[in-house]
Amino acid sequence: MHDVVSIKKNSVSIRDLSLAFGSVKVLENLNLDIRDGEFLVLLGSSGCGKSTLLNCIAGLLEPTDGQIFIKDRNVTWEEPKDRGIGMVFQSYALYPQMSVEKNLSFGLRVAKVPKDEINKRVARAAGILQIEPLLKRKPAELSGGQRQRVAIGRALVRDVDVFLFDEPLSNLDAKLRSELRVELKRLHQSLKNTMIYVTHDQIEALTLADRIAIMKSGVIQQLDDPVTIYNRPRNQFVAGFIGSPSMNFLPGELAEEGGKTVFRTNGVSFSLDGYEASEPLTPGRKVTLGARPEHIKVDSDIQGGEVHEAIVDIEEPMGADNLLWLKHAGHVMSVRIGGARRYAVGSKVRLAFDMSMASLFDAQTEERL
Amino acid sequence: MTAHAHAKRPNQLFRNLTAKIASIPMILIALGIFLGGSIWTVVYSFTSSRLLPRATFVGFDQFERLWASSRWIISIQNLAIYGILSLIFSMVIGFVLAALMDQKIRFENAFRTIFLYPFALSFIVTGLVWQWILNPEFGIQGIVRSLGWTSFTFDPLYNADIVIYGILIAGLWQGTGLVMCLMLAGLRGIDEDIWKAARVDGIPMWRTYLFIVIPMMRPVFITTLVIIASGIVKVYDLVVAQTSGGPGTASEVPAKYVYDYMFQAQNLGQGFAASTMMLLTVAIIIIPWAYLEFGGKKRG
Amino acid sequence: MANISTLNTAAAGFDAVSDQVATGPRGRKPRRTFSPRNIMLYGTLIVAALYYLLPLYVMVVTSLKGMPEVRMGNIFSPPMEITFEPWVKAWAEACTGLNCDGLSRGFWNSVRILIPSVVVSIAVASVSGYALANWRFKGSELFFSILIIGAFIPYQVMLYPVVIALREIGVYGTLTGLVIVHTIFGMPILTLLFRNYFASLPVELFKAARIDGAGFWQIYFRIMLPMALPIFVVAMILQVTGIWNDFLFGVVFTRPDVYPMTVQLNNIVNSVQGVKEYNVNMAATLLTGAVPLIVYFVSGRLFVRGIAAGAVKG
Repeated sequence: MHDVVSIKKNSVSIRDLSLAFGSVKVLENLNLDIRDGEFLVLLGSSGCGKSTLLNCIAGLLEPTDGQIFIKDRNVTWEEPKDRGIGMVFQSYALYPQMSVEKNLSFGLRVAKVPKDEINKRVARAAGILQIEPLLKRKPAELSGGQRQRVAIGRALVRDVDVFLFDEPLSNLDAKLRSELRVELKRLHQSLKNTMIYVTHDQIEALTLADRIAIMKSGVIQQLDDPVTIYNRPRNQFVAGFIGSPSMNFLPGELAEEGGKTVFRTNGVSFSLDGYEASEPLTPGRKVTLGARPEHIKVDSDIQGGEVHEAIVDIEEPMGADNLLWLKHAGHVMSVRIGGARRYAVGSKVRLAFDMSMASLFDAQTEERL
Repeated sequence: MTAHAHAKRPNQLFRNLTAKIASIPMILIALGIFLGGSIWTVVYSFTSSRLLPRATFVGFDQFERLWASSRWIISIQNLAIYGILSLIFSMVIGFVLAALMDQKIRFENAFRTIFLYPFALSFIVTGLVWQWILNPEFGIQGIVRSLGWTSFTFDPLYNADIVIYGILIAGLWQGTGLVMCLMLAGLRGIDEDIWKAARVDGIPMWRTYLFIVIPMMRPVFITTLVIIASGIVKVYDLVVAQTSGGPGTASEVPAKYVYDYMFQAQNLGQGFAASTMMLLTVAIIIIPWAYLEFGGKKRG
Repeated sequence: MANISTLNTAAAGFDAVSDQVATGPRGRKPRRTFSPRNIMLYGTLIVAALYYLLPLYVMVVTSLKGMPEVRMGNIFSPPMEITFEPWVKAWAEACTGLNCDGLSRGFWNSVRILIPSVVVSIAVASVSGYALANWRFKGSELFFSILIIGAFIPYQVMLYPVVIALREIGVYGTLTGLVIVHTIFGMPILTLLFRNYFASLPVELFKAARIDGAGFWQIYFRIMLPMALPIFVVAMILQVTGIWNDFLFGVVFTRPDVYPMTVQLNNIVNSVQGVKEYNVNMAATLLTGAVPLIVYFVSGRLFVRGIAAGAVKG
């Protein structure tokens, strides 16, 4: 599917975008191309510039420098309404004293769109979002999920190519959030619009995105599809940001043993068999080994490879899973096993690293090797 | 607040005893002065008290005499004109200034300081300054005449027909800064996303204000309205300083009527009756508002 | 970060977009400083500002002119010859019916009223507000509601009962009486101010102190008071301006020899005897307005906070 998409033109392009408030630089020389019909998620913790970037695309913030193209049209100086975008806000931003119908149609009426065209578009949006029974109600009479649907509807009636979402699900409780997440995904599949979605929630990012752009301090750290982001994090920040519980990091160094390069920490050596390095692994280099809890195998899960012995430090049963904290080689690392398997604290277990899924980071640059 | 269940529960009266003792001033003032005092005045407005309060009840005599007095009628008319115009103008000017201030302007602090400083001044100072500016000989009228337009007439403080507008100018000068401040706080309280949504929808700024922001600010408008209105009913110092009720009785107001009859004319009954009418006016403003404001909360 | 920058730039330059990079709009949309919008905006604000400043300006220039110059006309023209004579006269010589020792008498009366009134009213109200926020008991909210509703009752309704009460305890006409009156009528708004502030502090703080065995006054003095300094300043601003500017209570509850400054000012300016000395009047008016104006200009944002807190929730 991604191959098909990538042949198409770009929907939104960002060139050398910078934005500074006084001396505080929020975005710096940022470039980004978003393909037609793509669902792109901007992911990062608060203050990383993701919302700022979205507001720049919408035209609600003026960049200090750089250009923005939507549908190959330079819209850097255009008003938000002329950019061909619709936007959904975290606080919904519904006009409180207007009915749902008025909320959906207000922009169109101001733009003097013919009456029957307005009715057609409102009916279509209401149909897609299944809010027909709510059209006569005021926002105050709606639940959080319904309000968010109306907010999406307001973007829908604008009949635009690009949808912008600014943390649209953050004000909802966990259950509603996962429901609306599925609906958003379905909506994207049926509309096939370009969607740019800002969130700090990695689950939303992983489940919704065609591609994720992870941001930190106004810079995109990695732009890739969710699987690559998860399994081949470009640097240690991305590796630590994605995944819960987070990746185990073991600081150590590369060494040579029996003609092969191994990872050594606190005098214990780990074979690197199966690791796909993007550059030659030179012995002596200071590195950090990163392994996700589910990529460390214990006892019966081990399917070969080098086996170590560890001691159970703490056990955290979490229902479907059981999280073991194991002590080995002077480190404590978390390992995810099936929920039914239980261990007593202090008992000995055998463990093996799945090196094909692990990551090695340079200790200095924190880049993946 | 219900007490927690204790194994050994001391007498309810002595729980939090210090707190109760510390609250005595509040309780005394609330019951004794605000409640008791008001009831006392209302009760004595039905008596024939003159120099001293006397409990000789005469029914509605004092009120009949009050409403037959031309000075009281003028007072009420003045209050109505001053009140309605002052409400309209201070709300409109206050909102417009607040909206202008909300445009991310430069020198916002300087402008706000200038618009609000009259509010720090007393009505006496306000009245005296405007008395001087509106002085027909030396003030605005005098200056325009000296510029050659000799028939120009603008002497509100000496013309019984328009004197109340002279007071209005001074009152607005003193009070609009406060309204501006309240409105600005209201505007700043509006969700930023609403403005963004309106911009994305392509709604022009004036329409956003008119159809979205102003309706959203309804509580602020109502609160401001109540504050100004209950202040207007009490207007007294301004008139005393600016015109002393003159020329003749042309700029009399109810609060001045009360004072003059209570403490100058030794006619307490009239003063009580007039102040009871003032209480009634405030009640008419306050009760529906309090009902909306606090009655609604219980239901919602 | 080397390969990140390559990532960011690598995508550029494989489509139509690249042709426009050099020429098209870039960065901030250029704006003229003197756009019609800005002219309207700042024009209106400046005109309004001039209207608000005008009376202050007139007061100052008039008070610096000699009487001959005042009589010559134009109240807006700056003084040709600056004289401080009117200020001296207003302060030390202006007559109010009985005596001719100027506004200084009223000034010192006001100071003698102001200081105890501010201290007592804030002390009483802060304790009440604290009790209401943390030590609620049966009926406390009811008394508070009566107090707040009382703030809207025109003072005229309660004047005479208060006169009787003060006469009964023998302080009618004295400064003590006026201090009591200011404390009473300052209660609603100040109590509200303190209650809301104390209620906004974390309850856990109060609970922890109680578990540690602190009592009513210990918690008030050791924990609440040190945390409430800003709100004390706001309350002070509110009370200083309010009490200094009061006229009605001054004229009702005091005798001529202890009249506060506002009452004396009104008597000086609006006295019917003698020749009107407008320059002296304006100097006197400025002197009376000086205290609240200084408080206002010094306190700035806190003043705004005070009136906002006082007004919006009153």
